[in-house]
Amino acid sequence: MSASAVHSLWTTAAEPVSRIDAPHIEYGQLSPILIVVGAGVLGILVEAFVARRARYHVQLFLSVVALAAAFAAVVGLAVTGHGSTKAGIVAMGAIAVDGPALFLQGTILLAGLVSLFTFAERRLDPVAHGKQVDSFVAQAGAPPGSKSEQAAVKAGFTTTEVFPLALFAVAGMLVFPAANDLLTLFIALEVFSLPLYLLCALARRKRLVSQEAAVKYFLLGAFSSAFLLFGIALLYGYAGTLSYAGIAEVVDGTVTSIDPALADTMGNDALLLIGAAMVLMGLLFKVGAVPFHMWTPDVYQGAPTPVTGFMAAATKVAAFGALLRLLYVVLPGLSWDWRPVLWGVAIITMLLGAIVAITQTDIKRLLAYSSIAHGGFILAGVIAMNEAGISSVLFYLLAYSFVTIGAFSVVTLVRDAGGEATHLSKWAGLGRRSPLVAAVFAVFLLAFAGIPLTSGFAGKFAVFKAAAEGGAGALVVVGVISSAIAAFFYIRVIVLMFFSEPRPEGPTVAVPSPLTMTTIGVGVAVTLVLGVAPQYFLDLANQASVFVR
Amino acid sequence: MSFPLLTATAALPAIGAIATAAVPAARRTAAKWLALLVSLGTLGLAAAVLVRFEPGGDRYQLTESHAWIADFGVRYELGADGIGVALIGLTALLIPFIILAGWHDADPLETKSSRWRPTQGFFALILMVEVMVILSFAATDVFLFYIVFEAMLIPMYFLIGGFGDRAHAGSDENAATQRSYAAVKFLLYNLVGGLIMLAAVIGLYVVAGGFSLPEIAEARASGELTMATNTERLLFLGFFFAFAVKAPLWPLHTWLPNAMGESTAPVAVLITAVVDKVGTFAMLRFCLGLFPEASAWATPVVLTLALVSIVYGALLAVGQRDIKRLIAYASISHFGFIILGIFAMTSQGQSGATLYMVNHGLSTAALMLVAGFLISRRGSRLIADYGGVQKVAPVLAGTFLVGGLATLSLPGLAPFVSEFLVLVGTFARYPVAGIIATFGIVLAALYTLVLYQRTMTGPVKQEVSKMPDLRVRELAVVAPLIAALIFLGVYPKPVTDIVNPAVEHTMSDVQKTDPEPEVEAAK
Repeated sequence: MSASAVHSLWTTAAEPVSRIDAPHIEYGQLSPILIVVGAGVLGILVEAFVARRARYHVQLFLSVVALAAAFAAVVGLAVTGHGSTKAGIVAMGAIAVDGPALFLQGTILLAGLVSLFTFAERRLDPVAHGKQVDSFVAQAGAPPGSKSEQAAVKAGFTTTEVFPLALFAVAGMLVFPAANDLLTLFIALEVFSLPLYLLCALARRKRLVSQEAAVKYFLLGAFSSAFLLFGIALLYGYAGTLSYAGIAEVVDGTVTSIDPALADTMGNDALLLIGAAMVLMGLLFKVGAVPFHMWTPDVYQGAPTPVTGFMAAATKVAAFGALLRLLYVVLPGLSWDWRPVLWGVAIITMLLGAIVAITQTDIKRLLAYSSIAHGGFILAGVIAMNEAGISSVLFYLLAYSFVTIGAFSVVTLVRDAGGEATHLSKWAGLGRRSPLVAAVFAVFLLAFAGIPLTSGFAGKFAVFKAAAEGGAGALVVVGVISSAIAAFFYIRVIVLMFFSEPRPEGPTVAVPSPLTMTTIGVGVAVTLVLGVAPQYFLDLANQASVFVR
Repeated sequence: MSFPLLTATAALPAIGAIATAAVPAARRTAAKWLALLVSLGTLGLAAAVLVRFEPGGDRYQLTESHAWIADFGVRYELGADGIGVALIGLTALLIPFIILAGWHDADPLETKSSRWRPTQGFFALILMVEVMVILSFAATDVFLFYIVFEAMLIPMYFLIGGFGDRAHAGSDENAATQRSYAAVKFLLYNLVGGLIMLAAVIGLYVVAGGFSLPEIAEARASGELTMATNTERLLFLGFFFAFAVKAPLWPLHTWLPNAMGESTAPVAVLITAVVDKVGTFAMLRFCLGLFPEASAWATPVVLTLALVSIVYGALLAVGQRDIKRLIAYASISHFGFIILGIFAMTSQGQSGATLYMVNHGLSTAALMLVAGFLISRRGSRLIADYGGVQKVAPVLAGTFLVGGLATLSLPGLAPFVSEFLVLVGTFARYPVAGIIATFGIVLAALYTLVLYQRTMTGPVKQEVSKMPDLRVRELAVVAPLIAALIFLGVYPKPVTDIVNPAVEHTMSDVQKTDPEPEVEAAK
């Protein structure tokens, strides 16, 4: 045996060092994401360098401009055909820019924009030590009830960091439904989740509840992220690639070349099934589907209400977007396996959300269970596995976001000495005392219930129609039944507001600044427009309902 | 494209309602006149509908169709058949009288200075109800019908809850509680009915793939569209439940006495003579038109419920101490007759039922409005508080008697014709039901005449001795109604001519022919 031959047992000749190609980045197509990330980074610099008293205004201005500019960029991309004819995969295969991605990004940006107004609301809490304060804690680092907290409150500190945090969350959400490989998916998930965990902990009042909610959310969220990551690893083992199209090829059996290093595991169905199940678990956690819904009521209740509204709307949009892409682009070949599972998940999600909501006595928990039930309705559209399924889910998400944000904004207005009066009994007779606020909330509740002439009806109708066309008739029957159950408790709240005697020590309705008024106004307007004349938006969703692969 | 007459008939009161509501607070009287003029204009348009409608022509005439939500197959589709035209005519005819009768009902009380404008609101709401009712008589798109059917609840709720009868037995506070209870009960009953109907509307879409009534009916007739027996029955029940609440049919009737008792007399007329007709009309058009087989399946139960309504309503009317609640229970009895006629599935029965809807509207309006005038004079709804009124206010008593006699279907007055037709039509197919229903007439005579006897005859009570007779405005309300009752009692042909072809269509929908007379020819 020659020396060189022995040597070759544990070494190999290195290939000549090749040039590292600079990645090709389509800045134009990525501009919505880049604008928001850039503004978030700038926001951190603002925290560091701008004087405390000016920060609020600078941050608010910066965030609003960034989200508006990003939305304009999305519209620009859509108008120039990037949603349809020029749809493509950018950033070296990491991000897909196509109809669903742009539609969902637009929705997330608008939802983020109107939520931001409620973040910035400073007229609801009583003036503390001569300073107007918002819903967020004076200083997050100060332990609740401590001297340092008192000092921070006395100094009139406010947590303006919420603006960059929200921007980062939005940026992650923009990437999430557009992610075109599993690693990008995971990173986007973390990018939008981490700021949300933080935001949940920042309530000015009931800080311990808020922190408990954040810890709960964080622990369970980390757990689900782990599932997702493990699933990604298994799927990599199965397909030898992380890209959506690559995995789909292996699933379909149309793959041409097999990496010899992965030949042992590639195409192993056990890896595929377990991996796909774990990835789905991670996503179903984010959409709050039963049995991964446990965190929803506690987190929705404990988080500052503006954050709850933002989270309930935008997270659902992003997560359902990612779920849609995963199921329709990566796993259509596996639909015989995942459809029965998701059938079951959709059915128990709809029923459990609706039934448990009946027993709730806290308005925020009630809305949380209602959001679980709505997740079930959207899943019914996801399961349809046809183009109508995509477009109906897109439309539903658009409609649902604005109703949710609007409803939670109204919750911020109804207050008593302890802050927001979220116990339902305190809402009794609200319609007598503040007919306008109660009427607005009634509009949102009717939309949640899916009453005609509201966006909720159009959304539900579209989703159930797609599900029925996709052969899920039984799902539609369950959906209609749980809608009826759900209608009961929405209407119960309306009856409570309008037809009960007001309690003598009941809450008052704070008069908000134009910021929250804008949020609520936009919410009502979108709810009614999408209800009365939804055709334009349905067309838009129809045009946006083709994934690029 | 021809002039959209049906839309115009509904649009005029809609614009009028907005304009009325916008009249400044100080110009109360102007708002009243505006509302009256608008309602008269609407009557003119309704008359144009009647003129343009050709009884022998197509089933649905004056049709309009515009895309609304194309993805869901929802269209803005209107079309009038004979039954719809007759009821649009009735609605447009009654609204001016309701407005005129309620001229002072919403005047602000002197003791309370109110910031909002109750008078303007009252008349605007009445006009809004008219809009919804006309549209629901004209809509041939099931979804559009559902929308207006439900939208009607909102103005009605405020009319009942916001403008109660000032003549209340108890204190002011008690009155307000009773009133809001009645309004909530009305709303919840109808809302529950509506939600169940919504499920059925969506179910219909799933089965039929669209909402257009003529298209679905045609597809069913030609056999293109078949429904599984159970599906059809469930859908039928969903629709029927909502209509039975609205009509109202025993045992879903309990909201009506509360609502009619607590609201002002004109609003009570609006409820029973106009709004409730949508329920019976919709049974005829949607239940029978869309689900003929299920209708036949449900007939025995529906007939039984209708008979219970007739007898139960009449019995409870006999026992009432409150004039308005008495009229409400009488109405329940009469709705029993209408539903009996519809589900007897004979052309006489259905013609009679349609005619009954029109006649009941006129007779109840006459009786209830005069009762309202009476109650407003004495400030009490209790029968026991009256006596000997005919000596003090003979014209009031006389018109009250005519209205009452119309209610008990005296021959020569309009309701007799329709009640007779319903009974004959029912008897032809279901003799036992016909016989039981006839008892309703006997009881009607009892409660009406006892009511008249206790309030109008006998010694003059101290409190009514200064009671003024009918004023000119009140006469202007009552006289035309009585004239119409007499005219249609003697010569019902104008209405039957319009109604009969439509009934023929419905009969062919349910594939029923009249039973042959069983009397053997003399040999």
